[in-house]
Amino acid sequence: MTKTPGAPGTSAAAQEPDLPIDAIRPPRPGRWIAALVAGFVLVWLAYTIIVNENLHWDVIVAYLGDGRVLGGLWVTIQLTVLSMAIGLALGVLAAVMQLSGSAVLRGASALYTWFFRGTPLLVQLIFWFNIGLVFPTFGIGVPFDGPKLFQWQANELITPFTAALLGLGINEGAYMAEIVRAGIRSVDPGQREAAESLGMSHRQVLRRVVLPQAMRVIVPPTGNQFISMLKTTSMVSVIAGAELLTVSQRIYLGNFEVIAMLIVASIWYMVLTTIASVGQHFLEKRFERGHHALPARIRRNLRPFGRGNA
Amino acid sequence: MVRISSVRKCFGAVEVLKGISLDVPVGGVVCVVGPSGSGKSTLLRCVNRLETIDSGRIWVDGDLIGYAERDGRLHHLSPAALSRQKQDIGMVFQRFHLFPHRTALENVMEGPVVVRGVPKDKARTRAMELLERVGLADRAGHYPAQLSGGQQQRVAIARSLAMDPKLMLFDEPTSALDPELVQEVLAVMRDLAASGMTMMVVTHEMGFAREVGDDLIFIDGGVVVERGNPREVLAAPRHERFRAFLGQVL
Ligand SMILES: Nc1ncnc2c1ncn2[C@@H]1O[C@H](COP(=O)(O)OP(=O)(O)O)[C@@H](O)[C@H]1O
Ligand SMILES: [Mg+2]
Repeated sequence: MTKTPGAPGTSAAAQEPDLPIDAIRPPRPGRWIAALVAGFVLVWLAYTIIVNENLHWDVIVAYLGDGRVLGGLWVTIQLTVLSMAIGLALGVLAAVMQLSGSAVLRGASALYTWFFRGTPLLVQLIFWFNIGLVFPTFGIGVPFDGPKLFQWQANELITPFTAALLGLGINEGAYMAEIVRAGIRSVDPGQREAAESLGMSHRQVLRRVVLPQAMRVIVPPTGNQFISMLKTTSMVSVIAGAELLTVSQRIYLGNFEVIAMLIVASIWYMVLTTIASVGQHFLEKRFERGHHALPARIRRNLRPFGRGNA
Repeated sequence: MVRISSVRKCFGAVEVLKGISLDVPVGGVVCVVGPSGSGKSTLLRCVNRLETIDSGRIWVDGDLIGYAERDGRLHHLSPAALSRQKQDIGMVFQRFHLFPHRTALENVMEGPVVVRGVPKDKARTRAMELLERVGLADRAGHYPAQLSGGQQQRVAIARSLAMDPKLMLFDEPTSALDPELVQEVLAVMRDLAASGMTMMVVTHEMGFAREVGDDLIFIDGGVVVERGNPREVLAAPRHERFRAFLGQVL
């Protein structure tokens, strides 16, 4: 009988011995020293923070569950969710306009992103809060100076909360437009052609074929924006919004526990961002549908020094 | 079934189709061959109105593609009417273009469910029949990324057939496939031709053209250089350019 190497299942293979690989790894002194140094720095940092008497841990613990702090936390959550929703809606609209065949729609969309990405958010927030100085009344009815069906005073309509929503949401929409546009453009044009060949309308193509695939590209940066928004809401403190940071500041103006209250706020921000990161992870998984082959490959690319590649 | 009359098409300053005319009778199979860049894909895409034409007329089953003629003038069709025309014309692409986020079964169900509003269970039964017809009933739950190129192309054919088209367009359906996978796709197409489907097939598979084609068109530089019964013209090409082309592909 002839021996055929690499042909398992033959009787020849049955006679071959098992050859387990039990190799010894080469020493990695550089990695061990780096790990040791990093570990030491971490322990030292933790120690100096825990034993530090200037940090008033008892105050921090007491205020974590304070009613006013929790109220501010709730406003922060509402502001984040609502302004991201507004931003996402405006972003999809602006992105679809940007990719449309009409030069007027493209121009309007470009103007929107140009203006709101070009001016500081702080300025926009203060502007919306003071919009009554420019437009004292708002109405629904005949445009230009025609008769109006409903009319409101700007001062009644614009509270710190609505001004914050307008400022954060409209500003966010300008950034989301770019993210959504990149997502839509990432979809192979052949997908649109295949869908059109089935007789789908433009709306059906967008909803059934293009957007679901664009989501894979849209979700990660949107999660990033959401996490960033959780903390950007703190800018609302300039127009006296009652969110987490503003509330914490109000408290330390009374009890002078400046550092302690900032740490209370920061702990809550970190709790929120952690929850959001977990949510982002699951959302990304959902839109991986049909791309099973991808994550493992990408994970390997992200870990050039990792064990899996060694 | 298809009448193409003096069709011209430019991309910018370059004229890609320079007056092409051809007829495909009901149940006929026309094979279109020609060198790369000669305008074969463009011709098919004009029939399906993925491209607009600059002059000429295209009729499919008696309907003028893209326009309506009223009061002696042409009027652009509405987007809805264009979509309706496309429902009757199936298109199979070189690179398959299956929807990657849907399984093979869902890909085949997509057209009837979304475009025609067919109830899901009915569409599913029909989609399973079609997958069976292309030999892939056992792969219904697989995503495109889990299928070989030949399998993906057969799913793509089933997806087009699900709309019950009157005409099927194939743009080099086997050119992106490994040689051993070509035959499984050609077998499905042969079967389809035998069932009486009207087909326009851009291909480099001369064996398929000889065996299945009723007509063969050789396009070069945007004009039809040679046409005729595939068995005759392949055995005795009349034009020098066609002879040179055959020398390269055979
Ligand atoms: N969208 C387009 N824009 C500009 N030029 C194009 C476009 N599509 C095709 N062409 C050009 O038209 C010619 C014919 O292309 P095509 O029909 O794809 O040829 P074939 O399918 O015969 O290889 C080529 O020169 C190609 O570069
Ligand atoms: Mg081509």
